Amino acid sequence: MKNLVSWFKRLFMVPGLFALLLVASGCSGITVLDPKGPVARTQQELIIFSITLMSVIVIVVFVLFFYMIIRFRERPNWTDKDYDPHQHGNTTLEIIWTVIPFIIVAALSVPTVTSLYALEKPPEETNDQEPLVIHADTSNWKWYFSYPEQNIETVNYLHIPENRPVEFKLASADSMTALWIPALGGQKYNMAGMQNTLYLQADEEGEFAGRNANYNGSGFAEHTFTVTSESEEEFNQWVSDVQNNAPEMTKDRFDEYLEPGLAQEAEYSSTHLEYVDFGMNSGRSYITDLYSGNLGEQLHLEGGEGGPWEEE
Amino acid sequence: MWDFIWNDFLVTGEPIIYGAMASIVLATVGIVFVLTYFKLWKWLWDEYLTTVDHKKIGIMYIIAALAMLFRGGVDALMMRTQLALPNMNFLNSVHYNEIFTTHGTVMILFMAMPFIIGLMNVAVPLQIGARDVAFPFLNAFSFWTFFFGAMLFNISFVIGGSPSAGWTSYVPMAGPELSPEINQNYYLLGLQLSGIGTLATGINFLVTILRMRAPGMTLMKMPIFTWSALITSIIIIFAFPILTIALALMTLDRIFGTHFFTLAGEGMPMMWANLFWLWGHPEVYIVILPAFGVFSEVISTFARKQLFGYKAMVYAMCVIAGLSFIVWVHHFFTMGAGAGVNSLFSITTMLIAVPTGIKIFNWLGTMYKGRIRFNVPMLWALAFIPNFTIGGVTGVMLGMASADYQYHNTYFLIAHFHYVLIAGTLFGMFAGLTYWYPKMFGHKMNEKLGKISFWFTVIGFNITFLPQFFLGLMGMPRRTYTIEPEWMPLNLLSTAGAFVLAAGFVIFTFNIYYSARYEPREKTGDAWDGRSLEWATTTPVPHYNFATVPYVNSHEAYWDMKETGATTYDESKLEPIHMPSYKGLPIIMSAIMFIASFGLVWHWFWLAIPGLLGVIICMVIRSFDFDEGYHVPIEEIKRTEEQARGRKE
Repeated sequence: MKNLVSWFKRLFMVPGLFALLLVASGCSGITVLDPKGPVARTQQELIIFSITLMSVIVIVVFVLFFYMIIRFRERPNWTDKDYDPHQHGNTTLEIIWTVIPFIIVAALSVPTVTSLYALEKPPEETNDQEPLVIHADTSNWKWYFSYPEQNIETVNYLHIPENRPVEFKLASADSMTALWIPALGGQKYNMAGMQNTLYLQADEEGEFAGRNANYNGSGFAEHTFTVTSESEEEFNQWVSDVQNNAPEMTKDRFDEYLEPGLAQEAEYSSTHLEYVDFGMNSGRSYITDLYSGNLGEQLHLEGGEGGPWEEE
Repeated sequence: MWDFIWNDFLVTGEPIIYGAMASIVLATVGIVFVLTYFKLWKWLWDEYLTTVDHKKIGIMYIIAALAMLFRGGVDALMMRTQLALPNMNFLNSVHYNEIFTTHGTVMILFMAMPFIIGLMNVAVPLQIGARDVAFPFLNAFSFWTFFFGAMLFNISFVIGGSPSAGWTSYVPMAGPELSPEINQNYYLLGLQLSGIGTLATGINFLVTILRMRAPGMTLMKMPIFTWSALITSIIIIFAFPILTIALALMTLDRIFGTHFFTLAGEGMPMMWANLFWLWGHPEVYIVILPAFGVFSEVISTFARKQLFGYKAMVYAMCVIAGLSFIVWVHHFFTMGAGAGVNSLFSITTMLIAVPTGIKIFNWLGTMYKGRIRFNVPMLWALAFIPNFTIGGVTGVMLGMASADYQYHNTYFLIAHFHYVLIAGTLFGMFAGLTYWYPKMFGHKMNEKLGKISFWFTVIGFNITFLPQFFLGLMGMPRRTYTIEPEWMPLNLLSTAGAFVLAAGFVIFTFNIYYSARYEPREKTGDAWDGRSLEWATTTPVPHYNFATVPYVNSHEAYWDMKETGATTYDESKLEPIHMPSYKGLPIIMSAIMFIASFGLVWHWFWLAIPGLLGVIICMVIRSFDFDEGYHVPIEEIKRTEEQARGRKE
């Protein structure tokens, strides 16, 4: 019996060690497990917890599996003292392996549900601060980040202040897309005619990769953006630079952007929100009215290059 | 005219497509030549194209599935080649998108589906002691609509261009505004056509299993594979109409200008995602439950033991079937439905682990105190257990919605569903095929080649998909045609694995040829010391299956018969057997449906409308068909049985 207990202890230590190893060493290369903000950290903790629990199940199944196929294999000196062809079940055992999975599901459900509700709100740590509102709109295959309070807009790149929650208002002019910055947290869809809200936050300065994670056609691979997280002062400096030096986002300029294709990074001292809000039902026909017939254009991207716009 | 044919009708400008065209032409010429040279046309028409025999239909389904596995596999290798290194220039983004779309669609709908339906056709009537399915004509019709649906989808890559909106075909991207080309219509009509056949199959097998079982065989005395087929049929009947409706609505949008799912005009794109997955999630259980059935049969036979916890296995499948209809939102947790909805669907999703866990432990229990033989079918079944467990636990992880925000649409997801679909469905189908192979063809598949192909497949599979879990966590999204430099090492490994996996499949296919030539013929009907009724009849199976149908006392009917010495040839009970006649109408009617659908794809109403009329005419002809079949006389039964049982002379 004592043997069994220590055996079980060892059984539980293996996945724990495995998880620790993941956290300690491998994670620097594995973006999702190396979080740079509270949202991604909540998710990373949940992932590590589930990996640990799941590893226990995997190990139990593997051990039993190899025990069965080795112990009960047909071999030359086989005797039938362990052979019981009429054994048809065992109610106690079957109840045990029904109840244990229920307990595991319950154990996973609790943190899942709590974190689901938590992620609907700005992170707890910084709830003394007003979130920075950014409208993140997409059209094939570009990102438009509008800062309504600052009245500026960027294309395909994003600046955020560190240690302050960001409230993304997500919408799309055409295909369904998803805003995903793996280092800062999970994704949410951008859809036409409705608005989704996603809270993210960066805890440190740095550059992070962001992308559209939902397939939307031939330019999908290049439908990316970069995120720069910087100190409050640097951010404010950047905002006033854009306000003072960048051109205005005129309606004509924005309409040009909506034609399918890729675009270079750019910034403007006004936002497209004055012309159209893709998060509203009324914004849904904006792009079809402009480009009916051209929206099916295909981009033949090759060899991982950024496509035609790189030559511009 | 020529301009249209060259620029729009045919796909031109791609060397790979030219190669494909040339190989299609060559293969067609080759087949026509062989059939003509050996004067096989009449044989083909009389024995296969007009058949209503479930065993032959099953074989045709499986041949089609293997052909589609080849096609989908070539797609996969092309994708893996493009993703092996950063800056690869093997496929451009448009071509890559077409290939992953056809890979997914072909593998699920034209490989997995016909494979499971093929095995159901081969095994279910034999397992329940029936002479054929309940509606043999409808069964042939099911096969031919599937076949022509698959053909319609497959010709798209040389005629008109392949669809490229993913196998999920999310709107508005796949809608008329953003995909005005005809490509997407192939997806809609190919699936619609084959879906008719699948729905008919579901009805057919439900009735067959409920109405045509051997005397004494109550529901709880059915072999477990038949149980899985029954539950699958019920899922098909409830799930496929949803797909039919969804496809029809999108077809209306694209061809007739309605606004069900469109971007502008108050369409509801989210509704497509909901309808698609309301069908799509039960669909994955449609392809996994029969595989579970196969594993139960195979493990019990080769462990030489009764199935452990038969009742629990049945109830577990019922619970899985029920849960399969209330988890569909987990395919789009990131749609922003809110914490309440996501919590509910997280919990229902994770609950599936409970019945699935019960099944895993019961399979392990079946081996406990058994005497395990490691023949090839058993190897596939054994490999399933650890690999599917990895697929299952990662499924639970994906089911935790707040973590799913990070996994969604990444290679983590890709790795997960290949672990369940390859280790579950594909291993199951290979297990089932090698298991019932002697029953179908009168000889086993070669064990040595079988083992080589098994190890190639299992090792290649793990090398391919295990790294993809980590790629997903590194931020690699699915459906990207190119990779970032930091994802290179694992992608290269994954590509190498894909080629090993492909080698396994090539050896498996070669084994079919090799075994046909060199394997010794089966003398008895009981190749593996089996336990259920399909092993009770002779090999090759007479077209009427059983001369006399035995009385069944347990779910291991043939095991009991072997103990009492009973057979399926009781001369005192012989009666003329009523059998259905072969019919040419199913293939003709399906061919006309194919033509009508092809017309609709191209918006050619001059072709679609006569085609539709042709279908209606076929239905009228069928309703005036008063052929009640024929009776096999007792003398013929005696002659056949005595020859097969070696008692003559």
